Amino acid sequence: MAFFRRIVNLSRRSRVDREIDAEIQSHIALRTDENIAAGMSADEARREALLRFGNPTATREQVAAADATLSVEGLVRDIRFTFRQLAKSQGFTVTAVVTLAVAIGANAVVFSVLQALVLRPLNLPGAQHLYTIEQDGVPMNSYPDYRDVRDRNRAFDGVALYNFAPVGLNTGANPQQLWIYEASGNYFDVLGVQPYLGRFFHATDDHGPNSDPYVVLSYSFWRTHFHSDAGMVGKMLELNGHLFTILGVAPPKFRGSEMIYSPDLWAPMVDQQWIEGSNSLEDRNTRGLWLIGRLKPGVTVAQAEGDLNRIAGELKKSYPIDDDGLHFTLARPGLVGDMLGGPVRAFVAGLMLLAGLILLAACANLGSLFAARAADRAREIALRLALGSTRRRIVRQLLTEAFLIALFGGTAGIAAGVLLLRALSAWRPVPDFPINVPVNPDATTYAVAVALALVSGVLCGLAPIRQVLRSAPWEVVKNAAAAAGPGRRFVLRDVLLVAQIAICAVLLTSSLVAVRGLAHSLHSSFGFEPHHAVLVNSDLNMAGYSSERIPAMQRRMLDAAGSLPGVLSTGLIDTIPLGLGWSQTSVFKIGTTDFRESNEAAEPMNYAVSPGYFKAAGTTLLAGRDFTWNDTGNTPPVAVINREFAEKVFGSIARAMGNHFIQGSKHTSIQVVGVVEDGKYVTLTEDQRPSYFRPLLQVPSSSTWMVARTTGEPQQVAAELHEALHGLDDALPFTLLTWDNELNSSLFAARAATISLGVLGFLGAMLAVTGIFGMASYSVGKRLKEMGIRIALGASNLQVLGASLGRAFRLLAVGSVTGIALGLAATHLLSHIVYQASPSDPMVLLGTVLAMLIVGLVATWAPAQRALRVDPTRLMREE
Amino acid sequence: MAKNDLQGTLDLLVLKTLAHAGSLHGYGIVLHIQSASNEMLRVEEGSLYPALHRMEQSGWIASEWSMTETNRRAKYYKLTAEGKRQLERAQESFDQLVKGVRAVMRFA
Repeated sequence: MAFFRRIVNLSRRSRVDREIDAEIQSHIALRTDENIAAGMSADEARREALLRFGNPTATREQVAAADATLSVEGLVRDIRFTFRQLAKSQGFTVTAVVTLAVAIGANAVVFSVLQALVLRPLNLPGAQHLYTIEQDGVPMNSYPDYRDVRDRNRAFDGVALYNFAPVGLNTGANPQQLWIYEASGNYFDVLGVQPYLGRFFHATDDHGPNSDPYVVLSYSFWRTHFHSDAGMVGKMLELNGHLFTILGVAPPKFRGSEMIYSPDLWAPMVDQQWIEGSNSLEDRNTRGLWLIGRLKPGVTVAQAEGDLNRIAGELKKSYPIDDDGLHFTLARPGLVGDMLGGPVRAFVAGLMLLAGLILLAACANLGSLFAARAADRAREIALRLALGSTRRRIVRQLLTEAFLIALFGGTAGIAAGVLLLRALSAWRPVPDFPINVPVNPDATTYAVAVALALVSGVLCGLAPIRQVLRSAPWEVVKNAAAAAGPGRRFVLRDVLLVAQIAICAVLLTSSLVAVRGLAHSLHSSFGFEPHHAVLVNSDLNMAGYSSERIPAMQRRMLDAAGSLPGVLSTGLIDTIPLGLGWSQTSVFKIGTTDFRESNEAAEPMNYAVSPGYFKAAGTTLLAGRDFTWNDTGNTPPVAVINREFAEKVFGSIARAMGNHFIQGSKHTSIQVVGVVEDGKYVTLTEDQRPSYFRPLLQVPSSSTWMVARTTGEPQQVAAELHEALHGLDDALPFTLLTWDNELNSSLFAARAATISLGVLGFLGAMLAVTGIFGMASYSVGKRLKEMGIRIALGASNLQVLGASLGRAFRLLAVGSVTGIALGLAATHLLSHIVYQASPSDPMVLLGTVLAMLIVGLVATWAPAQRALRVDPTRLMREE
Repeated sequence: MAKNDLQGTLDLLVLKTLAHAGSLHGYGIVLHIQSASNEMLRVEEGSLYPALHRMEQSGWIASEWSMTETNRRAKYYKLTAEGKRQLERAQESFDQLVKGVRAVMRFA
């Protein structure tokens, strides 16, 4: 406020000057009158009056200066003075600015992520009315579910459907893989999006399967692929060997109805056959499609869920088998419903909490820095008070100092944060999958960061103000040495330091828990061996293969790869375990007649694999046999199951062998011919799931992952493998990568968690080091003389260290113990995100204690050296 | 313990003068202090006006322009309620200083 008053006063200055002048003139006139009355001549009287007054201009300046709030000159002078002060104590300034920058940077980044993923709704008109429709927390619906919900509901203005799928684009030369949203006809209308160019498809364009060969381009795809050529509208694209007409281009800001999966194209869902090679439009029990609905105004979430479950009740009566257990819920849209949304929101909130702790630690650090500085300057301040400076003026100077530091620290922090956020926004964490997280900072982020910087800076700067205001100058001047002893005035700083060390220990504990968990997951058994293996992901459908030609082509691909030198064995699987897709089916014990979900024996993962897959993948066969090329559609259905399946459904591996189970939808009776080891299928943190594998010839799939086990480093065969496969069919798009790389996608969550926690832990440790360093070097500096006397009297090094640093280490111990206890309690949350993250791991405890000790040693090293090197004789002479 | 310095003494003199005279301009304050102290104290104009301005900023005194008996415009100062309290504080502090100094003088 004072600042604004100064600005306002700028215009007042001349008025005030005039008033002072007038007062001076009146004073001189009054004395002149008096002089004349005393008998002087008019000239003489005036001369004497002027002489008596002295220099009026100087007086005017002095009067104006008495009110420093009167001019910006005062402010400029304050700032200049503060700059000089700060430049004089560079150690203090750099520490304070860096401390604040670290905290503000961390908070700006985390807040921006929070803002992008959690706080900000989807960038769509009326987004607050949009909800993802889920079935028991999973956003998986079938096309008939969509039709029923769309037509029978009373709670929504509209319900749209979409599904994410890869598609092959024929570009003439190198085929390219794109990502597409298959969307219901009303998709754009329900979301309320208008085309940037051309037009969108609408509900009225739906005329049954494969009736609607149109695509809409995303703005970025149109820009990068067609160089923003407006003439592309109306032209044709060849996708998976089918021709689609380009209807229009979506607006630049529309990245689809999910936050982190942005498509290149949109096509009508009814074209599923053309895009995926098969369609499930009439398959009531094949659930994998995403629904988003726009609530009618005034309808609550609970009312809408009630309405949806009324429909579910009707459906259960009409389709007792397929729709058994159907139950709808609503979730916030944008992060695949609650599936990603739940953990992401929990984790980002947790991160925000930790970042808040960092800020608290930084504030504690800053507070004690400022307090130490004030104590150091007590003598100077006392002197200034004694010389007539007002307390207000001194407080103002302290405030200016805090303000400048907040400004510098905040600016540096925000700048670093923005750089990091730019990098994050451009980052594609999963190879060949269009996941990216747009977390560019917006105005709110900047405002929050600036506010945080100013509030924390100024509050910390004011921490020692009581101390300044209460100090009686003569006391301080009189007992300069005594005032510096470890008296009561340092209690506040001690508490701050302990708090800060505790926070640091919390951060360290949680990051260590995460790191240990990640290390565990990297070395745990996946049920396959990802090292020394290359994966080739392809979809023959994208090159227009008909279903009769697919098995032969797949065999040719396996043979081509297998004959390369350096490739040990090869095999195909339809969906890669720990990849981004999976499929689950109900299975029943033999003899079951009522195929309701509630009667199922298990709901295992299911895969289709070629002969040789288990060998190539490094999955151990525990009993029975692998598939052969003689297991075809004309021979009895067979399966290889995992140990969990065998034990859960049959009781043991031995009893499972040769036995049968019934597979859900088609009620096929399948014979178990082999048992393999258990593995991880969807996430690393999952409980053990049952699974079974069927021969690819019995359950054909155009989309496969080829596993090629290599003798040496997999990169060495990559080029030859690429050549060989391209030689088989140059119109077939495929991606080739090592299995280790592919796994990155499933480790992504754990890795992101670990990296962010690690960074926060490191920042916390840095703050603790500076905090302890400040405290230790301060107390050593203050007690140098005492140390000198002790050394002169024959104290050992240990005694000197104990005397000078004992306090710092006691505080370190108290803070660490508190922090570790709190950290262990808090990290239970982590065990849900990071596989095998257990807070009761002795390594974590040991690691944290060790880390805190290192922090303590690093921080006190220099002060300790200084205490030990004290030369008593020189010190005595100096006093 | 008394807190004191020259600045404080000038403030005390001005406050006391205004308490006695009610409303007075700067020149009048100079004259009054001079005569009340039997010409022993002479206030420098160069320090009076800054002091007046500062005291006005502190809310101890208030000012307004009006005419003198000789028909000149002058700025008249008078004590505020806060100023009266400040006068009491300053007076007490000054008394203690004097006592302290006396005690020392007697002892020495």
